[in-house]
Amino acid sequence: MNRVAITEQAATIVAQIQEKNPTLIFHQSGGCCDGSSPMLLPADDFYLDDSDILLGEIAGIKYYMNQDQYEYWKHTHLTVDITEGRGASFSLEIPLGLRFIIHSRLLNEEETAYFNKAT
Amino acid sequence: MSYSKPSFKESYGNFINGKFVAPIGGQYFENRSPIDNSIIAKYPRSQQEDVDAALDAANAAKKSWGNTSVTERATMLNKVADIIEANLEEFALVETCDNGKPIRETLNADIPLSADHWRYFAACIRAEEGTASELDQNTLSLNIKEPLGVVGQIIPWNFPLLMLSWKLPPALATGNCVVLKPAEQTPSSATLLMEKIAEVFPPGVLNIIHGFGPEAGKPLASSAKVDKVAFTGETTTGQLIMQYASKNLNPVTMELGGKSPNIFFNSVMDHDDAFLDKAIEGAVLFAFNQGEVCTCPSRLLVQEDIYDAFMERVVARTKAIVQENPYDVNTMVGAQASNDQYEKIQSYLKIGVEEGAKVLCGGSAASLSGENANGFYIQPTILEGHNKMRVFQEEIFGPVVCVTKFKDEAEAIEIANDTLYGLGAGVWSRDAHQLYQIPRAIEAGRVWVNCYHAYPAHAPFGGYKKSGFGRENHLMMMDHYRQNKNMLISYDKNKLGFF
Repeated sequence: MNRVAITEQAATIVAQIQEKNPTLIFHQSGGCCDGSSPMLLPADDFYLDDSDILLGEIAGIKYYMNQDQYEYWKHTHLTVDITEGRGASFSLEIPLGLRFIIHSRLLNEEETAYFNKAT
Repeated sequence: MSYSKPSFKESYGNFINGKFVAPIGGQYFENRSPIDNSIIAKYPRSQQEDVDAALDAANAAKKSWGNTSVTERATMLNKVADIIEANLEEFALVETCDNGKPIRETLNADIPLSADHWRYFAACIRAEEGTASELDQNTLSLNIKEPLGVVGQIIPWNFPLLMLSWKLPPALATGNCVVLKPAEQTPSSATLLMEKIAEVFPPGVLNIIHGFGPEAGKPLASSAKVDKVAFTGETTTGQLIMQYASKNLNPVTMELGGKSPNIFFNSVMDHDDAFLDKAIEGAVLFAFNQGEVCTCPSRLLVQEDIYDAFMERVVARTKAIVQENPYDVNTMVGAQASNDQYEKIQSYLKIGVEEGAKVLCGGSAASLSGENANGFYIQPTILEGHNKMRVFQEEIFGPVVCVTKFKDEAEAIEIANDTLYGLGAGVWSRDAHQLYQIPRAIEAGRVWVNCYHAYPAHAPFGGYKKSGFGRENHLMMMDHYRQNKNMLISYDKNKLGFF
């Protein structure tokens, strides 16, 4: 069971970016403009601590979200996808003319029970 | 009346040291119009070396610019305002083409307001004074404001020229040199402005770098050659920029968005008059600028005893919104700024419905005819639900409002503050007590009282909580771009007597 998944197309782009940047993380952004989107960043670039929740691992990359934000998101399952676009953030896919986006769905009963137990 | 797409050159350069220059690496990116997805022009895909060149130019100019008299600096700012105003229609067309917003907004709001911000800070810097305190008979404390030096500014794509005009004038008025990076979605109006004002400032004072966040934004934000970074955007990049600033021990200001509540108390419906009409428009302002506003009133809170009657009128007013060709002066809502925004908004509409929100109107993408069929349009949408839904908690940045009802003042405040953010809020009432007490109880930097979406230069704007810190607009913003030099002067001829 996982809280976060990735589409095949998005995983291909992650792999392509990994050729130049071997160690990456996803961090879920919030707020203005390009917020509410996942940011793919060099792992050593972003300061993580206990306030960041590890949601899972997709395409070999750890996916984090800030604790405060997680409280509002935790009943949903996220799938990272890729679309044509042009974000204004520091996410690494942007120079490719692409943008990671999130598709969400509610956790089903089985998943909810599993994650309630796990935490 | 309708306009058409303006003409552009094939490619543009960065504006460094007073002139347009090609990116050193020779790389460009294609910029498209969200109205019809057609190509506008190519802009520089700048890299570290371009950013360094701009920062070197700014650093070389800073001493002389910092010593330029406020009279001269203010005169230059006023010149920029005059130039924007004299070319209002041209700027409006370029802005509409690049961002997708309707021409009536750019003609009447974005561009005239931009000019006003330049004038406002030209006036502020002339009028203000430092302070002097006589601490005792022989000791004087003088406070002199000094510029920081070189400022890096990274601005968003929702109001390209206006956000530039929020950030540049206070930094320049206070004697700083600037390197500004426009958003890569909307590089056009900043470029047009540099074409028009190329001769106004001494070379190096004002520099514009185009490019992508990871390639050009990051080197600007992390450079040891900047003395301060100002950023408008989202939280993850906000944290990154603060981290970089911490390495250089530089100050930063952050404007990171919100999820602003717009609260309607039952007294608004006491009479069916001009004020009620204004209040209904106030609720529909969620669709202004396609909802691409940091302070979009995207949570609508309506008191339960007027809920049905009030919402009936809000839905009717929303359905009357004209969403057609953005170049037509009658169009009220245009295109979302980019494909990824368009996709993201639709993804939110989907999870909203899945969480149980009811669609009161809109609810999907809008299709326009002709060439605009390739553009990125979303129907103005009202979702009814509760505050724990994700659509109530995340900035959708589309023409989407989420409505819920509240019982009394306490519940209105509780819902309003149940959010990570605190940028804007609206309070509507005919009750004089509520008009003071409710805004005071809301954790947000700007509370509009019986109005919404007004952004005068002389009212400070900025966030509480995760919406950031620091203020924009208003003369208080100048201190975000300055040091305070305290001169402590003794007029006593006698020694201390210690040694």
